[in-house]
Amino acid sequence: MAFISALQDKGAAVAAHRPWPRVVVDADVWRQATLGIAAGEATLAGLWADGETVHMGLMGEPPPRLLVVSLPCPDHRFPSVGATHPPALRLERAIKDLHGLEPEGSPDPRRWLDHGRWGVRQPLGAREPTPATGDDYGFNAAEGPPLHQIPVGPVHAGIIEPGHFRFSCNGETVVRLEARLGYVHKGIGALMLGAPLQQAARLAGRVSGDSTVAYAIAFARAVEAALGLEPPPRAVWLRALMAELERLANHFGDIGAICNDASFSLVHAHCGILREHVLRVADACFGHRLMMDQVVPGGIAADLARPGADSMPALIRAIRRRFPELVELYDSTASLQNRTVTTGVLPAKLARQYGAGGFIGRASGRAFDARKTPGYAPYPDLRFEPPVRQEGDVDARVWVRIDEVRQSVALIEQLLERLPGGPIHAEPGRPPGEGAEGLALAEGFRGDVLAWVGLAPDATIAGCHLRDPSWFQWPLLEAAIEDNIVADFPLCNKSFNCSYSGHDL
Amino acid sequence: MRKLLFESLFQSPLTEPAPSRDDAALAELAKSLERASRRRLGRSLSIREVDAGSCNGCELEIHALSNAFYDLERFGLRFVASPRHADVLMVTGPVTKNMREALERTYAATPDPKWVVAVGDCALDGGLFAGSYAVVGGVSQVLPVDLHIRGCPPSPTALLKGLIALVEQ
Repeated sequence: MAFISALQDKGAAVAAHRPWPRVVVDADVWRQATLGIAAGEATLAGLWADGETVHMGLMGEPPPRLLVVSLPCPDHRFPSVGATHPPALRLERAIKDLHGLEPEGSPDPRRWLDHGRWGVRQPLGAREPTPATGDDYGFNAAEGPPLHQIPVGPVHAGIIEPGHFRFSCNGETVVRLEARLGYVHKGIGALMLGAPLQQAARLAGRVSGDSTVAYAIAFARAVEAALGLEPPPRAVWLRALMAELERLANHFGDIGAICNDASFSLVHAHCGILREHVLRVADACFGHRLMMDQVVPGGIAADLARPGADSMPALIRAIRRRFPELVELYDSTASLQNRTVTTGVLPAKLARQYGAGGFIGRASGRAFDARKTPGYAPYPDLRFEPPVRQEGDVDARVWVRIDEVRQSVALIEQLLERLPGGPIHAEPGRPPGEGAEGLALAEGFRGDVLAWVGLAPDATIAGCHLRDPSWFQWPLLEAAIEDNIVADFPLCNKSFNCSYSGHDL
Repeated sequence: MRKLLFESLFQSPLTEPAPSRDDAALAELAKSLERASRRRLGRSLSIREVDAGSCNGCELEIHALSNAFYDLERFGLRFVASPRHADVLMVTGPVTKNMREALERTYAATPDPKWVVAVGDCALDGGLFAGSYAVVGGVSQVLPVDLHIRGCPPSPTALLKGLIALVEQ
């Protein structure tokens, strides 16, 4: 905490940044910040660029304090964060690809999101035209007589998102896994620039479809922070209701899919029924199965519909009746446990270093949950305790999800019981003066989504960065799979369930 | 486990009656589908799903087609793991420039006769992402498309309606 305060004192505060401070620093202070993160005095919460400035989001250890340090780079260079803190490497490569700002001293000069297919380099910077013929990509080597490589993707065997995995194996055992991502890069950062609030909110809700509510909440809260706008209580509580429904639907999907990847389809079938039940109730409550575009800056788009609210008790009863049977089945089936227990272990040290959010961090001893710390309305008014496990294996990630299902059901009950009345939307309006900036964290099912929004005086988007939790989780999958067999990769991958689209932007 | 399986024997099935086929889909298909090749394949079609840039929303609803309520396989439709086993490519997303070649290669690896179903508003014309430096546009910019199923994302029922038109044409 002292580290964050000391850092804050060394920079020039930006007045129009809320709710946490942002300070402009010089290269020396920037270096101190990178060394502090590497020493574990703070957690890297995000690293992004906006024009010719790089921003680093820092979270105090222990949380909840957040600070953004910004370094203007008129010469298009900044001291590499990844050189001393590996979790920043891919974020830096993305900054270089999109903005053309060079991380000086970075050990990894390879392009990341830019595959040489766009016909332009640095689309958010110099915009140099280039032939779209595709770049070669050098995977990190693992060489020697018994080793062989298995290339997988970008088109995978299942109904999932595209990405490339390069396995180096010794027989059945994975010696090294390296992912290459960026296939679903849609240029969301560029599409955001100049967009009116409503359109920007729709874009934010489509960064990662499975977390559309979490993204919409993070984006809306960042905008509201910038505007100093307080959304009506009823809207805030209904947002939480949507977020918990989203969490339930995704956790049911994941628990079923993990069991299915261990060829245990019975749990998959039953979890599929529960998931469908949740989506139908969401549709009846809010008019969209995934609740897309329901959370908007200023509140929510439509009030809770009567038939949906009436069907909620039946949903809760169904989950309370059916889910324990499935949990017991999971826990008592030796063939299934044989696949998940001790498989894909993520050490607690790595989870902490990478600031891994969601069930990945919580299954490896990192208790962080953005709903608790820094916390946001209405969660401080609700009773819940984020589950934490220490084992770090596939089984622990399943159990964290199981515990969170139970908890979300209890949260939904509390939300419905004490749901405030009143309006559901407050008009966002325009920022005072020269514009304003806001920062927000929201806990999606997969972990903490960070949203940073800069608003122009006419309330259009002057800058926006949405950081998916997957940025800090994908590299950990590569660590967790080491020394496991190739056949356990689907199981490990599903237990992580990182987002491709959220990461690729 | 025995209890769960036993209960399932006595419960009435959750599977819902098939929705009527989509007339608009039928009209679009009438133009593209040859009766001769349809007859050769009968009612059974194998589908390979390709995410060419979607936000993953469409994939979630395509997944739902396999759950007990929609039970896609009762129509003779099934998802397969390789384009080499497929009759139909079901493509989602605005096609990103980074995915274009992978999509073209997947199409090339699919044996004839083959059809392409573009799923979602993005797959129609790029949707919200149209005009981006990183996006080609709708699927028809890259592959010949036989059927579009709209929605953001289309509900499983909307997907079923379109697919039933495909097998019953």
